[in-house]
Amino acid sequence: MSMAHTAPLAMSGAPPRRAGSVRTGDRLWRLFLLAAGCGVFLLTALILIVLARLALPVLHQPGTWAFLTSSDWDPVAESFGALPFVWGTLVTSAVAVVLAFPVGLGVALFITEVAPTWLRRPVTFAIELLSAVPSVVYGLWGLFIVVPWLRETVEPALGAALGFLPLFSGPPLGLGYLAAGLVLAVMVLPTLASVSIEVMRTVPAGLRESAYALGATQWEVVRLAVLPHSRSGLVGALVLGTGRALGETMAVAMLIGNAPSVGTSLFAPGYSLASVIANEFAEAGSDAHVGALAALGLVLFLVTIAFNAAARLLIGRRQP
Amino acid sequence: MKAALSRRVRSAAAFLLTALCVVIALVPLLSLAWLVVSRGWAGFSWALLTEVPGPPGGAPGGVGNALAGTGVVVFWAALLGLPLGIGAGVFLAESDHDDRLASAVRFTADVLAGVPSIVAGIVAYGLIVAPMKRFSALAGAVALAVLMLPALARTTEELVRRVPGALREGGLALGIPQWKTSLRIVLPAAAAGIATAVLLSIARIAGETGPLLFTSLNNAHWSLAPDQPIGTLTVQLYNDAISPYPAMQQRAWATALLLLVVVGLLNMAARVVAGRRAEGAHG
Amino acid sequence: MRMFTVCTLSLVAAPLLAAGTLITGAGATFPYPLYARWFSDYGKARAEVQFNYQSIGSGGGIQQVTRGTVDFGATDAPMTDDELTRAPGILHVPTVLGAVAVVHNTPVKDLRLSGAVLASIFLGTVTRWNDPAIAALNPGTALPSSAITVAHRADGSGTTAIFTDYLARVSPEWLKSVGRGKAVKWPTGLGGKGNDGVTALVKQAPGAIGYVELAYANQNALPVVALQNRAGVFVRPTLASTTAAAAGVTLPGDFRVSITDADGKDAYPVAAFTYLLIHADNPDTAKGTALARFLWWAIHDGQKVAPSLDYAPLPAPVVARVEERIRQLKAGGKAVVLEP
Repeated sequence: MSMAHTAPLAMSGAPPRRAGSVRTGDRLWRLFLLAAGCGVFLLTALILIVLARLALPVLHQPGTWAFLTSSDWDPVAESFGALPFVWGTLVTSAVAVVLAFPVGLGVALFITEVAPTWLRRPVTFAIELLSAVPSVVYGLWGLFIVVPWLRETVEPALGAALGFLPLFSGPPLGLGYLAAGLVLAVMVLPTLASVSIEVMRTVPAGLRESAYALGATQWEVVRLAVLPHSRSGLVGALVLGTGRALGETMAVAMLIGNAPSVGTSLFAPGYSLASVIANEFAEAGSDAHVGALAALGLVLFLVTIAFNAAARLLIGRRQP
Repeated sequence: MKAALSRRVRSAAAFLLTALCVVIALVPLLSLAWLVVSRGWAGFSWALLTEVPGPPGGAPGGVGNALAGTGVVVFWAALLGLPLGIGAGVFLAESDHDDRLASAVRFTADVLAGVPSIVAGIVAYGLIVAPMKRFSALAGAVALAVLMLPALARTTEELVRRVPGALREGGLALGIPQWKTSLRIVLPAAAAGIATAVLLSIARIAGETGPLLFTSLNNAHWSLAPDQPIGTLTVQLYNDAISPYPAMQQRAWATALLLLVVVGLLNMAARVVAGRRAEGAHG
Repeated sequence: MRMFTVCTLSLVAAPLLAAGTLITGAGATFPYPLYARWFSDYGKARAEVQFNYQSIGSGGGIQQVTRGTVDFGATDAPMTDDELTRAPGILHVPTVLGAVAVVHNTPVKDLRLSGAVLASIFLGTVTRWNDPAIAALNPGTALPSSAITVAHRADGSGTTAIFTDYLARVSPEWLKSVGRGKAVKWPTGLGGKGNDGVTALVKQAPGAIGYVELAYANQNALPVVALQNRAGVFVRPTLASTTAAAAGVTLPGDFRVSITDADGKDAYPVAAFTYLLIHADNPDTAKGTALARFLWWAIHDGQKVAPSLDYAPLPAPVVARVEERIRQLKAGGKAVVLEP
């Protein structure tokens, strides 16, 4: 849609017929819109200020770098380090994206390239349904279905086959990085799939047609025309999906095992930034503890902001 | 000839693989849906909707107060979030494409849309709970309002932009002031779209748990008061899910079913409204 | 639009119409089953007052009552002197006695452990159920060779404070490397939220060991460990062995006392008083009065339901002391009127 049709806000040269009250009305209306628009900045500033005010004492005392690299989380001794939580957040998100990205890509290809037209809508709808399920319901499902399955079937099998790798060593607990990552994978799948679909739809029809004209099979069209053209957008989908996974709270809190340690095995219990805040914020025993949790929140906020900004730049301005 | 055949086989295999991906994606959905429906239905009763949760080890009672509580928190969140979110959306829609300020707002809104919900909880704690010295439904609502605002603004923008420019130009050409054109012509034309956006954003925040844990806390009794702690479906579900009592776990599944029904109805309503708009555009 | 206005008005008006006093409390999960029952029973008989108690952990209870975000707190571990200086005017009122049961998920019946071996398990140095140290305490019992999964609390908890206080008393190594507190730096294991969460973890994971309030263990039919007390006797947590732990203790004036690793051959070594934290002078007369009346009810009528939920009633001398304390409470600057 061309913007020429939209009356620009900046257009202030009023026709001479307008009465004073009309001009006041316009001015007030524009002022309201401007305020609402700038409210978004205000909100960002507010988030930063509230987090920083709570977190500053902690970031000041041991220093930001010390806070980020210490693996010591000891509320009794008031010694706080962010490493176990940063680690757990990264590991679970990585597991989620590694598992979900190929599947998401496949789903997107199926919907855009393979499925007959009548099948596209129901499949898209089903994938969208996955994103409508609340996090806490995923947690419930993970706790009673995924965890026992991992503990009794998957982890013993993985341990038997690949137990020599540190990644798959240790007793099968069910709860841990793997459980949280697996359920996260299901949760970020719709994001990955829908952004990928959006990106693939922007592939110019001409590009496809010329590939077909050269005698390419359907798969070769995908490989030689669709995928290369969508590459940056797909990376954007990956980054956006990672951003979503980083901030997920409830399902992770219910499945990761809540142990503030830096585990090297996927079977080990860990903790994530969002889930430690969910568990400890209401009951933090001291101002330093609250401050440390707010500092974790600040870290989480800045990291997700960075991921979202990067994703948005990679996917490009979406056409309204 | 043989090469062509193998190329075609490879193509078919690749596409079979994509179909397999769809199956893999649907397995968790079906498993989750089946369990929530079958286990939830077993715990479903009239009492679930009308009673308050019973003490651990006793009769399970229900989550009626939490259902009402979710309504209260979402209501206040909408009251706070809608004017600003829709206003920001209209601001974006009415702005020029090369408007630097609008681009910055749009970018910020996109980035904010991905803010983890738990962070919104900390903000609401710092803004409302700490100064008021009390957990409250309102604090939970503030957290949810923060969460709904950015996405609502962007969706509203997209839907308002779809209003035919001719409508707006017509209004302006008739000498109707811009604010009246916006309020009386453009917004009504976009109303169905905005309603869709509103319903979708409400569906999203109704399922939030994390930020409510330390803002609206929980309440085992009936309460509609905005300045008191309040029970919500999601927090009740979380507490019941991690409890060791079979009766409470049963209640968690039933609550999950109830929550999915609520969220599903909101999504369906959004679809109906959006569908009606599409029909209107054609007819 | 009119619907909208009506809705808004009714929601705004709702708090004004709500009758009576709503009292919010938060804290310990340890006595939660009992408190839930108490508030339910007490509230049924009195429409004018409602209690909303959230079991968020003792650490949270202390924190929130200090900040004034709740009307009363609840904790199993007495507040430290440091915490008390930050919360002027907060009093401890013991309500019942409870025991922390060590529960496990193995087929072994009547498992016996000493404090030192229990500490080794939670330190992560004893990692298999058939470890010689465990076998030595359980002669003639077939022990599985499976790995031990430690389950502990992920939140600030009085149950943890009682448990670690016990371990610190019986194991110098525990005292040195971990210490005691509502939340400690666990050397190993899975974290669960609340007594609920730990019970659920132990129930779910074969080979798990954890510590929970006795009521949670019994109501979920989890096997409990008999612990060796100071007298060298292996004692299972029961109401009688919990009461026995409190028998030899002299209560200080502010009621803050630890009764872990108590003397006496019948005493279970991981027992404790659990407390409500209330304002000596609640600025809100209605709330202060309602709380004082509730406390009076709790230490008399309330005690009768305690045993059915696996909490040991307060010994009579303690009840007398608490009565005296309740009579001294004030609300709105004036002495409370206990009779309605």
